[in-house]
Amino acid sequence: MKCVLAVVFAFAAGLSLQSASAQESAKAKTTLETIRARGMLSCGVSQGLPGFSAPDDKGNWTGLDVDVCRAIAAAVFNDPSKVKFVPLSAKDRFIALQSGEIDVLSRNTTWTLSRDTSLGGNFTGVTYYDGQGFLVRKSLKVNSALELNSASVCVQTGTTNEQNLADYFKSNKMKYEVIAFSTADETIKAYESGRCDVFTSDISQLYAERLKLSNPADHAVLPEVISKEPLGPMVRHGDDQWFDLVKWTLFAMINAEELGITQKNVDEMAKSDRPELKRVFGTDGNFGEQLGLTKDWVTRIIKAVGNYGESFDRNVGAGSRLGIARGLNKLWNQGGIQYAPPIR
Amino acid sequence: MAAEPRKPPLQFFLKLRRALGGKAGWGGLALQGLFVAVLVWIGYEIVGNARGNLETQHIASGFGFMSQTAGFGVSQTLIPYSETDSYTRVFLVGLLNTLLVSVVGIVFATIIGFVVALGRLSPNWLISRISGGYVELVRNLPLLFQILFWYLAVLSALPSPRESISIFDAFFLSNRGLVIPKPVGHEGLVAFAVSVAAAVIGCLWLRSYSRRALFQRGRVVVVWPYVLALLLGVPLLAMLVFGVPVTFEIPALRGFNFSGGTRVTPEFVALAVALSTYTAAFIAEVVRAGILSVHKGQMEAGASLGLSRGSTLRLIVVPQAMRVILPPLTNQYLNLIKNSSLAVGIGYPDLFSVFAGTTLSQTGQAIEIIAITMGVYLMISLVTSAIMSFYGWRVARSMGG
Repeated sequence: MKCVLAVVFAFAAGLSLQSASAQESAKAKTTLETIRARGMLSCGVSQGLPGFSAPDDKGNWTGLDVDVCRAIAAAVFNDPSKVKFVPLSAKDRFIALQSGEIDVLSRNTTWTLSRDTSLGGNFTGVTYYDGQGFLVRKSLKVNSALELNSASVCVQTGTTNEQNLADYFKSNKMKYEVIAFSTADETIKAYESGRCDVFTSDISQLYAERLKLSNPADHAVLPEVISKEPLGPMVRHGDDQWFDLVKWTLFAMINAEELGITQKNVDEMAKSDRPELKRVFGTDGNFGEQLGLTKDWVTRIIKAVGNYGESFDRNVGAGSRLGIARGLNKLWNQGGIQYAPPIR
Repeated sequence: MAAEPRKPPLQFFLKLRRALGGKAGWGGLALQGLFVAVLVWIGYEIVGNARGNLETQHIASGFGFMSQTAGFGVSQTLIPYSETDSYTRVFLVGLLNTLLVSVVGIVFATIIGFVVALGRLSPNWLISRISGGYVELVRNLPLLFQILFWYLAVLSALPSPRESISIFDAFFLSNRGLVIPKPVGHEGLVAFAVSVAAAVIGCLWLRSYSRRALFQRGRVVVVWPYVLALLLGVPLLAMLVFGVPVTFEIPALRGFNFSGGTRVTPEFVALAVALSTYTAAFIAEVVRAGILSVHKGQMEAGASLGLSRGSTLRLIVVPQAMRVILPPLTNQYLNLIKNSSLAVGIGYPDLFSVFAGTTLSQTGQAIEIIAITMGVYLMISLVTSAIMSFYGWRVARSMGG
């Protein structure tokens, strides 16, 4: 009996010690240190959304959201391939971030107040200004979302789209039936099989998902945009250094476009005497080091993924299968609202 | 012997000591107490740790979210629900949908299971092979796959609402589901219901009367004409006196969908069909095992009494087999209830889908919601288990065992 008691006490003591030491070590290590020690960035992406995050025919992840992660990896390791991509469904994504399974969530996630405050994460910026729309069959001969009274609508659960949909139909006094699926693939499959008249999502996603339909030309996106959907990366709350690093990686890409730095001319531009370029390339000042990186951090990012405009064109814009116009996502000085604070 | 007999120690304390401490006596009790204390302390630490970590990460916690507005729609609701209702209402809607599909699934799984089991034991070669083939095919394919098969196969086979298959222009079958006329109650409904209940009670009394006459006096009393008269006559009389109890609202195609009528969604049909056919395959094997466990002499005894095969099974074999069948049958029922959470794959709004899915991702309060959901599934399963235990106890008692 004494022996049993001793075991119980030892177990109890061990447990309390262990929990204390685990807490200490977690506090001592920052996200950046953890990533450096691991040699890999862990990045949460979608389960396959062409243009934003999807594996290509060779199994490499590509897309606008993927490029953000590759840019971070390039800035930290000088190697854009040192990323582990974790595909997440809409409803699992925040839990994966909270639990520490991923370091950054770059998964076409809409920035809202409640997500920014109550989910234990912070949004670092906007990679894509989007809005919610509707995809319908052309054979229905519907020209406006206001003609959708009593329609059946397919939507992905765990998205802002579900609530926007309810708001829109309610404020326009229209009836609807909602069928919510847990993944984008299930949603689009149900739409294609005729279960729903309408598929609703962010407009960029509608274009991307339309490519998965057997005959994309038979389906059209309605003109109405019923919500604001600023999509951006998200990091865990509580590590300001990591928050800054992710935020400024995107800003670096946007600033590079504004300054005309591209993947091709980056080496030439680095030799320039222009003061703002010298700051960006680290020949003047130590901005990279202030972020916990090296002086040539912007060079690394641009060599890996190009500037924001290049990434946009390659993945979702004119140079891609999606062919989405830049619209709101043009730079501020070209009629859009993409704007990054200066590097100085 | 002059010595006084030793007083026996108080029985109560002896029993208590044995019950609490086992063979080790009071020392054992102390050890058990310590063990419980350690368990409680570990639980306390876990809760405290979780709370602390949530706070440092600025993740909302607590159950305040339950009264917030849900703000999303649900396709199938058994109780009135709109987007402005709270998450508590969403929880109830999901719970009722889970219960509905579970009950329907259990009823059909049991019926199909018994039929297939009897079919497999049938002396008819074709019937027994077909039943055997059904069991082997259905129980060896993954359930999620079967749910998707029913959902996508059923859906792609059905026409759009505008070209729906109509039966008497009142029932419409399309890929939006089956739309049926909706009963609307009128003033005569209560009187009608009362009269039906009275007729049924009368019939039950007649039945027990005829049985008494048969068993006690050996007389065969023919009661079925009276039963028929009661069941048809009394409700008809009530209808004549109090008016029509129910009229039907006929659905009509308006715009994209049908308006009026009641709708059975394809999600529900696919899930109910998949759950009941899948579980039926297991139930069939359980029932078959139960029937085979009854000695074949019982079957022969029934035959020598001049009973038909059906009567022998119904009156002699199945009641004895029930004792063997019930515990594994309960397992199958519990499996079905838990498997109903696979609804999330086809968009059926069950508890797991609307509460542990949508509500969780909107509020982000994973720990609270998962805890509630686990508690609810546990409760449903325990209640089912208790009902089955009670039934088993009654079966055992009625057989004197």
